[in-house]
Amino acid sequence: MIRLSAVSRCFVLGDQQVKGLDQVDLRVSRGEYLAVMGPSGSGKSTLLNILGLLDAPDSGEYWLNDEATASLDEIRRAELRSRHIGFVFQSYHLIPRLTALENIELPMLLAGIEPAERQRRSARLVERLNLGDRVRHRPAELSGGQRQRVAIARAMVMQPALLLADEPTGNLDSHSGAEVIRLLEELNGEGLTLLIVTHDAALGARARRCLRMCDGRIIEDVQQGPGDARG
Amino acid sequence: MRAADALGLMLGALSGHRSRSLMLLLAMAIGVVAVNLLTGLAEGARQFVIGEFSMLGRNTLIVLPGRKETTGGMPPLTGLATRDLTLGDAEAIGRLPSVRRVAPLQAGQVEVSVGNRSREAFTLGTSHEFFAIRQLGVGQGQILPVLPLDQAEAVCVIGATLRRELFGSRPALGQWLRAGDRRFRVVGILGERGESLGMDFGEMLIIPVASAQVLFNREGLFRVFAELRGPHFMVSGKRQIIDTIKARHEGKDDVTLISQDSMLEAFDGILGALGLALAGIAAISLLVAGILIMNVTWIAVNQRTAEIGLLKALGARPAQVRLLFVGEAALLALAGGLIGLGLSEALLWLGRQLWEIPLQTPVWARIGSLLLASLAALLFAWLPANQAARMEPLAALRPSGART
Repeated sequence: MIRLSAVSRCFVLGDQQVKGLDQVDLRVSRGEYLAVMGPSGSGKSTLLNILGLLDAPDSGEYWLNDEATASLDEIRRAELRSRHIGFVFQSYHLIPRLTALENIELPMLLAGIEPAERQRRSARLVERLNLGDRVRHRPAELSGGQRQRVAIARAMVMQPALLLADEPTGNLDSHSGAEVIRLLEELNGEGLTLLIVTHDAALGARARRCLRMCDGRIIEDVQQGPGDARG
Repeated sequence: MRAADALGLMLGALSGHRSRSLMLLLAMAIGVVAVNLLTGLAEGARQFVIGEFSMLGRNTLIVLPGRKETTGGMPPLTGLATRDLTLGDAEAIGRLPSVRRVAPLQAGQVEVSVGNRSREAFTLGTSHEFFAIRQLGVGQGQILPVLPLDQAEAVCVIGATLRRELFGSRPALGQWLRAGDRRFRVVGILGERGESLGMDFGEMLIIPVASAQVLFNREGLFRVFAELRGPHFMVSGKRQIIDTIKARHEGKDDVTLISQDSMLEAFDGILGALGLALAGIAAISLLVAGILIMNVTWIAVNQRTAEIGLLKALGARPAQVRLLFVGEAALLALAGGLIGLGLSEALLWLGRQLWEIPLQTPVWARIGSLLLASLAALLFAWLPANQAARMEPLAALRPSGART
């Protein structure tokens, strides 16, 4: 599903060149559950942004579903994001003036989906994520866990194959965090490819495959038994 | 994106930033008010002047003593004559085949008194025909009687204001008044009509032309009004009058002819230019509003970078982001424009109630100001909206700036 070949991405900070990604090769198959770990500045988020088509590599090639993406224009990239990729952010990124339900429906609005179909899909997700009446409220009136569940609903509403989560539990207490992770893992169990960037070692240990990054390179790529960390 | 959804998002964003929206709304409304009000004033002035001169009637010619040598521009309203226009000239003009009526005019200020009340009054010496030519009617009594032009009858018709000032609440009809060293009997009182062509008929004393010649001790006429048999006699009538005067004045056509059309042409040109100039000034205020829209949209784009980044991450195409921002500006401009239009129309209506000037904005100015407002909004919102559309989703999403 995902194939990176010698992908590099450099940033200029002041007069210094920082290698966000340095000749990274990676293959991810459909339905995998990956954690990306590493210290700050190791290139985790850069990798996530490249995979999410939010950023383009300086060199190398990225195939998403066998489509080479490095030279695509922004219109096509937006279309791929819309149809294939869901994002979950540490700070939720909900639009404060919209209600939770309107936030959930936003991607479908942008994609031009009919109101009846929108209602059908969002109702199913609201039920599934156990949000109930809370979706009539604005984000400011929701708890952190509820906000992240709304964000997950928004990420899933276009039925993507790939979900990219950047520190999804970083702003949550342990109880809410555990609930969010359980939800994400449940979705992964249904075939969703899940990639989580995290500092949290316990969270990293739960994934079936763990990438460790340093200075823009993947220094470790381990398959972990599903049972290893659970229980 | 469906149009209704896009509209919903725009309206949501507008009501979400209320003070910003209100500010733009106000700027746009003021711009449109300025355009509409100023063009309304200019058009009102033009209509007023045209209305005044239209009272002259399309068939009427004014004959002034004295020749104006230059052509074009304003005809002289007062002329220094080399040779007087006489009652004989007026009668000769009246006999021409293309002329229906003729009225000589003698004018001056005179002291008018009744008992111990007295005042200065503008006095016209003329004939029975003058009332028909100027469509002047009496409220009470009769107009001047039909008389030979050289017969100085001691009768007068007075304006309504003059009547009140001289007679108070007492009846005036049939009473005598003193004008200069002469006495006149009031046979008629003019109806309320107000001003026309710079003459306030309410303050007017009208007497037979021969009486005025005696009163002012002056032979020469101030001017002669000639009403032609129809508008198509204008060219032949002018020629006949010139020829007649030439024959009577030893070969010199030392008169100037003024028609409604020549007056209107001169004034219309001036006032039309004035109107355009005012509209231009007003358009500048719309431009200012447009620049304000640009700045505010720019601020909005910067304030909402996170939102823009999010929309992009969720799959919004650049054109969609641009549409949202430009659409917001256009909605504001349209709403502001409509508010401005309503406000200025209300002000013009108020003006019409207060003054007699027909303050009215031409339809093209109303539609034009609205279009201009929308155009300014679109034009000036385009740049910042484009910036938003081109924004990297990544840069927009990461206000903290820490890239790891």
